[in-house]
This record gives sequence, C-alpha cells and structure tokens, in this order.
Amino acid sequence: MNLITPDTGLLFWMVIIFGLLFFILAKFGFPIITSMVEERNAAIDKSLKDAEEVEAMMVAAMKEHDEMIAEVRRAQSEILKEATEAKNTIIRKAREEARAESDKILSEARVQIAAEKESALRDIRKEVAILAVSVSEKILREQLSSEAARKEYLDRLIDEAGNISTDIRPEENVN
Amino acid sequence: MRRLLLILAALTVTLSAAANDPVVPGDSLAVMPSEVEESQVDIPAIIFGHIGDDYEWHLLDTPWGPVVLHLPIIVHSKTSGWHCFSSGRLEHGESYEGFYIGENGKVMEATPEGEARPFDISITKNVLSLMLSSILIAVLILLSARWYRKHDVLHEAPTGLAALLEPLVMMVHTMARENIGEEKYQKYSPYLCTAFFFILINNFLGILPIFPGGANVTGNIAITLVLALFTFFTVNLFGNKHYYKEIFWPDVPAFLKPIMPVIEVFSAFVKPISLTIRLFANMLAGHIMILCMVCIIFVMAKFAPVLFGSMTAISVIFGLFLDLLECLVAFIQAYIFTMLSSIYIGLAHQKE
Repeated sequence: MNLITPDTGLLFWMVIIFGLLFFILAKFGFPIITSMVEERNAAIDKSLKDAEEVEAMMVAAMKEHDEMIAEVRRAQSEILKEATEAKNTIIRKAREEARAESDKILSEARVQIAAEKESALRDIRKEVAILAVSVSEKILREQLSSEAARKEYLDRLIDEAGNISTDIRPEENVN
Repeated sequence: MRRLLLILAALTVTLSAAANDPVVPGDSLAVMPSEVEESQVDIPAIIFGHIGDDYEWHLLDTPWGPVVLHLPIIVHSKTSGWHCFSSGRLEHGESYEGFYIGENGKVMEATPEGEARPFDISITKNVLSLMLSSILIAVLILLSARWYRKHDVLHEAPTGLAALLEPLVMMVHTMARENIGEEKYQKYSPYLCTAFFFILINNFLGILPIFPGGANVTGNIAITLVLALFTFFTVNLFGNKHYYKEIFWPDVPAFLKPIMPVIEVFSAFVKPISLTIRLFANMLAGHIMILCMVCIIFVMAKFAPVLFGSMTAISVIFGLFLDLLECLVAFIQAYIFTMLSSIYIGLAHQKE
C-alpha cells in the first residue's frame, strides 16, 4: 500500500523542483533552441524557394539565349542567301551586258564588212570595165589595121545602121 | 553466436563460483549478510527496498560493510517545531530527539498521546535523485541553448550536445504544434519539452543500477501525480470558452443535458489520474521485472551447481532483454505522457 499513497514530502519537493526546472528551462532553455531552429528552418525554406526562383530565371535566360542564337543563325543564313542571290544576279547581268555588247560589235562589224565588200565589188567592176574597154580597143585596133578590113567594117556598120532605121519605123507606126 | 554462448558459459561459471564462495556473497543487490547466513533470501524486501523511497542511499556493499549515503531528515513536529538531522542517527532502530523510523519505514514521533507522523519534507533518496537529475537536465538544456546563443544558426550546423538534443526538442515542439495548433503552441511547447526531458532523463537514470541512478523516481506515484497535475492545471486554467461549453452545456439532446456535465467533469479528472497511473505503473513494473530477473540468481544459489548455472544464464539473458526493453519503454512513456498532455491542451483550445 506504501507504493500507491503519494508521500507528502516527495510531493512538496517535486512541486518545487519541477516548478523551478520548468521556470528556468522555459525562460532560458527551450524557447531559445526552438526559436533558433525555427528561424533556421524558415531560412532554409526561403533559400530553397530562392534557389528555385533563380533556377527558373536561369532556365528562362537559357531559353532566351537559345532563341537569340537561333535568330542570329536564321539572320545569318538569310544574309548569306541574299548575298548569293546578289552575286548570281550581278554575274548574270554582266553576262547579259557582255553578250549584248558583243552582239552589237559583231553586227557593226558585219555592216562594215558588207559595206567594204560592196565598195570592193564596185572597184572590181570598174577595173573590169576599164580592162574590157582597153582590151576591146586593142582588139579593134588589131582588126582595123589593114585598109580592106577597115572598109569592110565600115560597110558592115553602114548596113547595120540601115537595118536599125528600118526596124524602128514600123515600130513607130504601131504606136 | 558461438562466441556469445562461450562468454555466457564463462560468465555463468564465474558467477556460480562467486556465489558459492562464503567470503564474497554475490551481494551487489544489498543482500544483508544476515540474510545470506540464513541462506534465505527475502525477495520482497530486496525488491521493495529498491523501488521504494528511503532516508538513506545504500550505494554498495563491501567486505568491510555497506557504503551508505545518509541524507538529511527535515521534519516539523506539532509540539517541538522544526528538526533537521542526519538519517544516520536513526539507523538500526535508534531514536533521536523523539523521532524514530516506524513500522511503515517513515519517520515517526513519540508523543505523549502515542505515535504521530510529523510533517516530513526530508531529502530522501528520491528527492536527492530528483535534484540531481533536474540539475543534469538544466545543464544539458542550458548548454545546448548556449550553443545557439553563441553561434549563427543560419551559417552553422549544431555540433555536440546541441546536435544531440535538437531532434528531441524539435520532436516535442512539432508535436505541440500539431496537437495544439499554430496559434497557441508556442506558449505550451516549453512545458511539454520540460515534461518530456524530465521523464526521459529520470527513466534512464532509473535503469542505471549505480549512483546517481538507481532511484525509482518516475516509478513513484507522487512524482507522476505532480506531473499529471501540472498538465491538469495547464489544461483547465487556460481552456477557452468552447472547451467549458463542451463540458457544461454540450450540443446534445435535451434529456442528456443534465448527465453530460457529470460525465465530462468526471472525464476531466480521470485524465490526470490515467496519466499518473500509466507512467507510474509502467516504470514500476519495469523495475520490478528487472529486479526479479536478477533475484533469480540469489534464489537459486542454494541449489545444485548445474541448475544454478543454467538459471543464472537465463537470468542474465532475460535481464539483458528486459534492460533493453526498459530503454525502449523509458522513451515511449516519456513520449506518450507528452503527447497525451499536448492532446489534452489542444482539446482545451479547440475552436468550434
């Protein structure tokens, strides 16, 4: 029975000692520990959140960076394409111009050649006429060197001339 | 495993040899020389000697006699006022200034009307143990708090004592937050932490067989009663309107209205009683079981060596098992007491 009857002396001391212990620890012990740990927990939570935000920002920045690079690449290829096109057009134009120029030169040359050919032909014809006249003169002189020949020739000429006048008259009558 | 068995066998042989030696009776358990001579071991006396309170602290027995710490007796007599003297003066049934130790083991006063119990606030074994353990708790917690005060918690992790105690403190603190609620828990957390550490440290000291442990502090009903009353007053002095309305005018059908307050008030008083008995009975039972296991050795000493040896081995194995179990129980009981206290406090702060 001794075990389950609380002893007054022990009750008295227990109240005093436990009360004192509680007072000391509640004032100088536990609140300091718990508040510090809670402060630390809050700081850890905050840092974790901050880290998350920073990560998100970094991801966004990386994305922007990638986009910029892609855009630059696109611009670069466009510029290259344009440059190639410009080059091609310049070459093409130059070629066309050159062709036109050469055509023009060729046609001019053709015209000149034709003109020169004409004049050359004309000269040749003149020479040939002169030559023919001199040749026929030489032949005539040769044939008319004798008196008989000269006489025969004159007769023939007179005949021919008579023939010509008779031939002409009927024609005039017709008209 | 084989090595363990060998060690146990060796231990058994040594113990039986020691016990059979008449010069050194294996009496670290305060078996009085007279009892050994009679070879009749008074088990209830040994057990109650260990779990009860005493005016002196029996530290150990040596071949030259027991080593005893005599504690001061402080009594107030109705006739002669305050008295303070060493318990050594009352040894072996002697009386001093009219005081002697009575049949019930308490200090009694011889008065003309007969035997009377004076108002007794002696520093008994349990009170001394209480003081020592409280000093130990205060030192542990204050040193730990000092670390937090001296260091920047945001840039340093706690080391040493602070790192050891922080999980326990935060466990109780979190429990308080969960059971009491965000608004009020800061106010009650220090009380719950104090109760937790008080019970835990005293439970562990109770398992330690040598000074300054060994006193059965948390297995004493006076201690657990005071703890439970602290919780009771904390709950009922700071309860909110809703809590009292639930007790005296709960939302129940009209015919139950007169009955409910009776039940609720009864329940309010049963809660601290259950807290008292639970802790007290658990710790007491644990101590008694361990002591019984150890006592088997001394009961079996007069039997044949084979029987004695094997029973000693069983006693050591089961004693070890119970000691480890008690370590678990020490924590569990501290946790349960704190948790129930926090739940009761939480109930007194519920909103609708």
